[in-house]
Amino acid sequence: MSTRYFVPRDATARAVGADAVAAALASGVAEHNHAEIVRNGSRGAFWLEPLLEIEQDGKRVGFGPLCADDVPAILALEAHEYATHDRYLGPLEQHPWFAAQQRVTFMRAGLDDPLCLESYLARHGFEGLEHAVHLSPGDIVDEVTRSGLRGRGGAAFPTGVKWRTVLEAEAGQKYIVCNADEGDSGTFADRLLMESDPYQLIEGMAIAGVAVGADRGYIYLRSEYPDAWQVMHTAIAKAEAAGYLGQDICDSGRAFHLELRLGAGAYICGEETALLDSLEGKRGVVRAKPPLPAHQGLFGQPTVVNNVLTLAAVASIMADGAEAYAGLGSGRSRGTLTLQLAGNVRHGGLVEVPYGCTLREVLDTFAGGTRSGRPMRAIQVGGPLGAYLPESLWDTPLDYEAFAAAGGMLGHGGVVVFDDTVDMAAQARFAMAFCAAESCGKCTPCRVGSVRGVEVLDRIIAREEGARNLALLEDLCDTMTSASLCAMGGLTPNPVRSAIAHFPEDFQ
Amino acid sequence: MDTERLLAQLLCQYQDTPGGLLPLLQAIQEDLGYIPGEAVPAIARVMNCSAAEVHGVISFYHDLRTAPGGRHTLQVCRAESCQATGGRELEACARDLLGVDFGNTTADGVITLESVYCLGNCACSPSVRLDNDTYARVDREGLAGLIASLRQGAEDTA
Repeated sequence: MSTRYFVPRDATARAVGADAVAAALASGVAEHNHAEIVRNGSRGAFWLEPLLEIEQDGKRVGFGPLCADDVPAILALEAHEYATHDRYLGPLEQHPWFAAQQRVTFMRAGLDDPLCLESYLARHGFEGLEHAVHLSPGDIVDEVTRSGLRGRGGAAFPTGVKWRTVLEAEAGQKYIVCNADEGDSGTFADRLLMESDPYQLIEGMAIAGVAVGADRGYIYLRSEYPDAWQVMHTAIAKAEAAGYLGQDICDSGRAFHLELRLGAGAYICGEETALLDSLEGKRGVVRAKPPLPAHQGLFGQPTVVNNVLTLAAVASIMADGAEAYAGLGSGRSRGTLTLQLAGNVRHGGLVEVPYGCTLREVLDTFAGGTRSGRPMRAIQVGGPLGAYLPESLWDTPLDYEAFAAAGGMLGHGGVVVFDDTVDMAAQARFAMAFCAAESCGKCTPCRVGSVRGVEVLDRIIAREEGARNLALLEDLCDTMTSASLCAMGGLTPNPVRSAIAHFPEDFQ
Repeated sequence: MDTERLLAQLLCQYQDTPGGLLPLLQAIQEDLGYIPGEAVPAIARVMNCSAAEVHGVISFYHDLRTAPGGRHTLQVCRAESCQATGGRELEACARDLLGVDFGNTTADGVITLESVYCLGNCACSPSVRLDNDTYARVDREGLAGLIASLRQGAEDTA
């Protein structure tokens, strides 16, 4: 009887001690025969990491969170005694935290060794690509359009429309660019996907290449993710060797070459045109639009720029059909929503749910309250450019339009919880300071406005002429919103204004 | 390998790479720990751009440095998720323990302290990264322990 032990190799799992658990396991099972230790990806329940799963006779159960010292006692248990352990979690799929989710894009996350191609194939991997290579480019684009998929990086632009534009552009060379510069604080979905299911991203990019006639793709990965780099780097090499990338993908006669490029610590390179300049080896400076990247993108050629989750979703859309994907969601937000519970929460991690449930429902179901035990006061949704929401807005349904109507944005799905010790004036000041530090410098409202914003907020915080300086700040926010070249300067007023509007007591 | 030969080899490797300037600079820094100012003219010549453009790229990216850093780099995350879990205190604590501000290296040359805006470890904030390892839910004691082990390691190898 063979036993398989799973300890994630994910960056967060390692940051909380998974390597020590794996080492304890390796020395503990050394004398047992037929034991295999798998370093899988994480399922995204980071509050349960380090997680150990044991699979025997087709039954897989979990224990967590563990430390290395817990391992010998667990190894000493017979299978029928597992449930007596105080860290026993049972089969993870049945755990309430997972049972309440609807995993589509993250269906495979944490189940296998992320680099094991056989495991990916056994779980219907590359079925979407195998299907796509037998379709005409126009039919693939139609399928993606019918699915209702919208960009997951934050802007929520319809993916099919973008692909159609590139497909119809006439050019000798086109590109697929994956934006893996996941810079928003409170987000880690792209990282989790790349570290736990890298072939899904590769498959999605190859499908995109076939769909628009691009034979070359780049993944622009931020340098803050060294683990993701290792996994993607190896996965690309293995996919190439297996014929899913390269000169003749899936024996279709079509080529798709994929290259991994590393960012260099600039938040602005998550903006698609700055990213393209960075990929060209230049300063990551924002470009004026038009021309759109779909017409003149990388090296001036028609380019699809999509987020990691957008491209990954394409793999399941092509495998299971547009209708299955479009059947999920609410309003014009189709499919599933990936939220990342972060900041001051007890149960931080990745949650995939259909669009349309409310922020409060998600928090009540998954977050487990604050880690500090104090009441929640403010929640920033959508990264550093997202609004701070007070409790009165937590019943807003989680879809793009409803959130925009409430003055917020879903962005990339980061949910950062603050307890009642937060100083919202300090958060507003940070928003401006972050913009000042990370502005590419091309447009004045962002480059200079953010510096002035910090100065005005310093005066407000010092209680100097409060009313006059608040009016001045409002005026400055207006200028930044309407005159900045991209979302960095244009949306920085979101956290500032929402902090003032919803938490005025912190500014008086 | 001496610096000149290494540079020549890297220039040769990246000169035909589309958009190769940034990967070239990253490769130089990976091998030398920084990008020497003396290398800029050769980089400009081979990559077919001006020295000003090379300087422009180097100075734009937070990761790239033009002087050697410490033996280890300690990045403390200063973004919102970490702020929500005591990150601001941790920033102050890092300054205290190392006796330097962000962007500087300790006098013994062991540790460079840097800001980072998000390590993607936000479910278990606050986070720091030490070279290529990320640490989660770091408090004052945890940070002090990490720093002490680096200093100890530096003494042992000295």
